[in-house]
Parts: sequence; C-alpha cells; structure tokens
Amino acid sequence: MANRKNRALLEVRNLRIEFPTRRGTLVAVDGVSFDIDEGEVLGVVGESGAGKSLTGASIIGLLEPPGRISDGEIYLDGRRIDNLPYEEMRRIRGHEIGMVFQDPLTSLNPLYTVGRQLTETIQTHTDLSEQAARKRAMELLGEVGIPSPKVRIDQYPHQFSGGMRQRVVIALALCVNPRLIIADEPTTALDVSIQAQIITLLKRLCREHGAAVMLITHDMGVIAETANRVAVMYAGRLAEIGPVDEVIKRAKHPYTHGLMGSIPKVGYDAKRLVQIEGSMPRLTEIPTGCAFNPRCPKVFARCSTDRPDLISVERSEVACWLYDNMMERTGSDG
Amino acid sequence: MADAALARQDTQAAPLLQVRGLAKYFDVSPPFITRALQGGGRSILRAVDGIDFEIARGKTFSLVGESGCGKSTVARLVVGLYTPTKGQVEFDGVNIANLTSRKAMEPVRKRMQMIFQDPYASLNPRWRVVDIIAEPIRTHRLIEDNRAVLRRVGELLEQVRLSPRDGEKFPHEFSGGQRQRISIARALASNPEFLVCDEPTSALDVSVQAQILNLMKDLQRELGLTYLFISHDLAVVYHISDYVGVMYLGRLVEWAPARQLFHKPQHPYTRMLLDAIPDLEMTGRPRQAVAGEVPSPISPPSGCHFHPRCPFANERCRTETPKPIGLPMGQVACHAVEEGRMPERVRA
Repeated sequence: MANRKNRALLEVRNLRIEFPTRRGTLVAVDGVSFDIDEGEVLGVVGESGAGKSLTGASIIGLLEPPGRISDGEIYLDGRRIDNLPYEEMRRIRGHEIGMVFQDPLTSLNPLYTVGRQLTETIQTHTDLSEQAARKRAMELLGEVGIPSPKVRIDQYPHQFSGGMRQRVVIALALCVNPRLIIADEPTTALDVSIQAQIITLLKRLCREHGAAVMLITHDMGVIAETANRVAVMYAGRLAEIGPVDEVIKRAKHPYTHGLMGSIPKVGYDAKRLVQIEGSMPRLTEIPTGCAFNPRCPKVFARCSTDRPDLISVERSEVACWLYDNMMERTGSDG
Repeated sequence: MADAALARQDTQAAPLLQVRGLAKYFDVSPPFITRALQGGGRSILRAVDGIDFEIARGKTFSLVGESGCGKSTVARLVVGLYTPTKGQVEFDGVNIANLTSRKAMEPVRKRMQMIFQDPYASLNPRWRVVDIIAEPIRTHRLIEDNRAVLRRVGELLEQVRLSPRDGEKFPHEFSGGQRQRISIARALASNPEFLVCDEPTSALDVSVQAQILNLMKDLQRELGLTYLFISHDLAVVYHISDYVGVMYLGRLVEWAPARQLFHKPQHPYTRMLLDAIPDLEMTGRPRQAVAGEVPSPISPPSGCHFHPRCPFANERCRTETPKPIGLPMGQVACHAVEEGRMPERVRA
C-alpha cells in the first residue's frame, strides 16, 4: 500500500491474447505492456488486425470467446482485474471503466428512448431514485452538448444524427464518473467537421472529470491533437511507445517511420507517398524474430532470429534491434 | 501505351468531361395511399441540384464534402448509372444524358470505368480473379481469342503490381489493398480513358492507402488517364488532385485548382472544412470546432444552403441563392465573397 501513490491508474503487464482454433492457437496480442496515468490520454494506433481493439476489450473484460487472456496481468489502481469473476467485473465495468464504441448506432438500443438507457445505466451503478437518475441524465446530455436536453431525453436513437448519437454514447460512458474511458475509434464513423466537435468534447470532459483515456484509432491526426502519449502496435506487439510529439516528429521504429510517411498531408507536396511494401502478416504467419522484418528497409541478420524487447531511446521506448546496436556502440565509445 | 498517351496529349485543348446544370432529384414521398389518408404532399430530395464543372484530359478532378452532400450521386450520373433529372453530361463531345438505350451507350461505356469504395463488396466472391478482370473484355468483345484474353489479364495484373499467377485465386485470398488492385485491373481492362473513383481508399489502412494512391498516380502518368475522384479525406484529395470541387447539400460551392483551394479558400464552408482537418503538426493544440451539422437535404435551408452554419451570413444569404462567380481560376458561389465582406483568413 505504501507505494500505491506511485502506481499508474492502469497497468497492463505482458498481455497475451490467444484464439484457439482447429489449426492451432493464434496469438493476436503478444507481450504488450503499458501504463496509463490519471488524467492522461494514451493513443493506440496500428493497422486493422494489429490487436488494438482486442487490447481494449480485454481491459474492460469484454473479450469475445474463444479469445482469451492466456498470460499477463491487468491492474486498475493497483487491483488486479483480469481474473475477476463475471459479477465483480460487471460492477467495475461502467462504474470505474467506461467504453465508447466506434458505431454509435449499434451501441444504443433502438427500441428504448435515450433517457431510459441513461437512467437505467445510472440506476444500475448508483442508488439514485428514478427521478434523481432522470435529472442526472438530463445534466449529462447538457454536458455533452446536446441542445434542449428536456426534449431530447424522450427521443429514440434514430431521431438523433450521427454526431449527436456519439454524444449520447459518450454521456452513457460518463454516467457514473468512470476513472478510465476506453474509446475505440470514437470518430471513425463521423464527418471531419463533426469529428472535431467530438474530439474537443472528449478532451474537455477528461480534463474536467480527471479521467484517463485509452484512445484506439487508426487516424494519426486525431491522436496528434488529443493524446499525451502514443503506443504503436504491429501484428499484436508494441513497436514503439512514447510522448506524442516524439513519436510523430522523431519516429524511431522503421514501421512508425513508414506509417508517418504514408499519411498524405495538406500543404505538403510530395510526388509519391512513402510506401511500406507488402502488408501486415496474417496471424498464422507471423515471422520469427521481429514481426516487421520481412517489410523492414533496415533489416539485418539478427532481426529474423531474435525478437526485440522494448528499449528506452531518448524519450520513447522502441522494440527494434537498430537501437540495441546503437547503445552498444555508444557504450563502447564512451 | 506511350503512343496512346502522346496522342491524347495533342487533343488536350477540349475538356474530356463537361457537366452543365446537372441535377438529380429523388422522389422520397410516402406511398400514395398514405398521402391520401394522412395528407401532406410529395417530398423531393434534391441530391444534386444544378452543378457545373469540367475535367481536362489527363487531369484529376476531386469532389469533396460531408456525407450526404451528393458526391456519390454525381459519380453515378457521370458514368450513366443514373439518368439526370436536368442538365448535361458531355463526354468527349457526346451528351450521354440523352443516350437512353443500352446500345447507344455502349461505345461510351467502355471508355469510362468506375472503381468503388468497398473492395469486399465489389468483387464477386464466387469468381476467380481472372474471370473478374476478363469480364469487361468479354462483355465488350474487345478480344475474341480466349488465350489472348488470358494474356491480357496477366498484363493487367502486372500493371497493378500483382503476379499473373494470382488470376487463379479467389477474392477472399487477398487483403483489402490487393482487392482494390484487382478492382483497378478490372477497370483498366477495357482500355478506358476516364476513371470515376468513388472513395477508393477510405476502406483501407493508411499504409495500404499510400500504395494505392501511388499506383493510381503511376497509372495516370503511364496511360494518360483522367480521374474523377470522390473523397471526404481532404489530405488525400490534396495529394492526388489537380482541381478540387467542394459540395454542400447538392450544390458545388467552390471549385479551383487544388493548390489555390487549399491555400486561398474563398467559400466559408471550404474554410470550415480546412480548419477541421486534424493536423499532425499541431500536437496538443485545440482544433477549431465547427458549430452545427449538415441539415436534411429533403428540406434544405432557403437561400444559400450553408447560411445557418455560416458566420458571415446576412439577410441576402437567407433568401437568395448565390450564383457562381468566376475566380482567376475556378468559381465560388457566395454572397459574402461577391460583396467583398469576407475577412482575410487567419490560420489557427
């Protein structure tokens, strides 16, 4: 208990997620470790199939079978949560961890009014009366910027536009003041102008409520303006993790480097975009050593035999043998 | 192929595609009996409401806008999948809006092709790739001999940087990016001059998107293709376009050369869209949040459709539809620009 203060709000240690199949076990997330502090926004980026969403789902205990956590630990505020029984996890979910999904239409029940869904959630996790819960629901709707909440509370999800629906989903996630919010692609289904509104809202709410956020997205632009730190995932592993400006402006891992170069930018005239040849390996065919080695422009012998661990380089941590060598070199020089 | 590209350059003066006063209305009224019983008239959705633009040979014209603004309807009108309610689509001097029969349409059809957004839905899962790509060749009877058809398919696969042996596989054996390459190969099969690309990269990851965009640029250079490119991603549009048109609720509010549009946007809506792009450089800085949402296209606001969200709107904007006015290059439809009451744009 003495060192409780020094621990991060969320600690993920060596997480490994497996899918047993008839043709053998697929490892979808392999040895992923990271922390999120209170009030911090951690962005998680990577291509489809990199394991971002699975990592998020495992933290909140919503991993769909047959997927299972086969190794590693998850701590929320120093308490281990990955092995809790269903009922206990249910209490943490919603109460301490909130979730915002990608598609606001599928995360709301089309048969119930928005108000009923909000009050139900509030009453599940607190002992407020029906009336108090309704009042709280109305406050929440106001807080997420829905005009005239008095009218809107009795409407059904289909009466809301995409952006407004996503606000309702955020209100649902905030119902009981969670300490951690997992937002899985919260803006991907929205138009740019609405995207900006939702990001601003999410940022403001986190600041006001002091909640930590795990923001899963493939949109580097959204990460750049929202996150404090970024974790880059590739084939179920962490390639690089560090402060957002460090990772974006001085990417260390060759994969991050390629990823940044492949994003078209307004005002930047390039004849061609940087292109990473090939595509991410299927889970059945992850190469030995570093998972990125067949596509890496800087590959050398060691990459295809040994798997690199995260090494501290400047302000980031990178899983790449390039930097191991560099450290040895600087070590022998000095 | 290089000769063809050269020959096409000679005729560069006349635009390849000219669209004038193009409109498409959809009748979305409730059934007659409901109207008779409950009252209420017809309701018409003006998906595209009188737009003009032209595309020069070998160039890329992009349409951008938020969902529901009519971009994809324009794409479908241009290739003749919809017949326009009003207006003209002139392709190389022929008005295809008048070509109502299949037969009259045929010579034009093979000269224009379309690439769709979702490579998972646009390829028949039961067909081998070779048959998918050969379909346009066989339909248009471009090559009769079957062995020559297969040879041509092999060439096409190589052109999109796949292996000729991939022809024997089925679509499910490919990743999203590879499938989009197959769609491109199919589109190129009939030697078209003009490709309509409806959000070709929005279902793909960024690194794969980069591969496809590079491929499209290379093909344009090699084959002298002309593109109509539909996208909601402004950064992609900046990268690929020569000219850009911005659509809002069925109307083209501004069009200009890409660089000019991005550096000196005139219309308040264009400015708003540009301000809303997340910027990799501005880590931690707030982005200008845009107020309001796109109104319903069934009952759009009067006058200039954009006036409820526009910070510069006045009485005239609320009542009178703005006419397009010429810029040094391009056009803009805005009363505020016309009257010179738009302030200089300050970049956040």
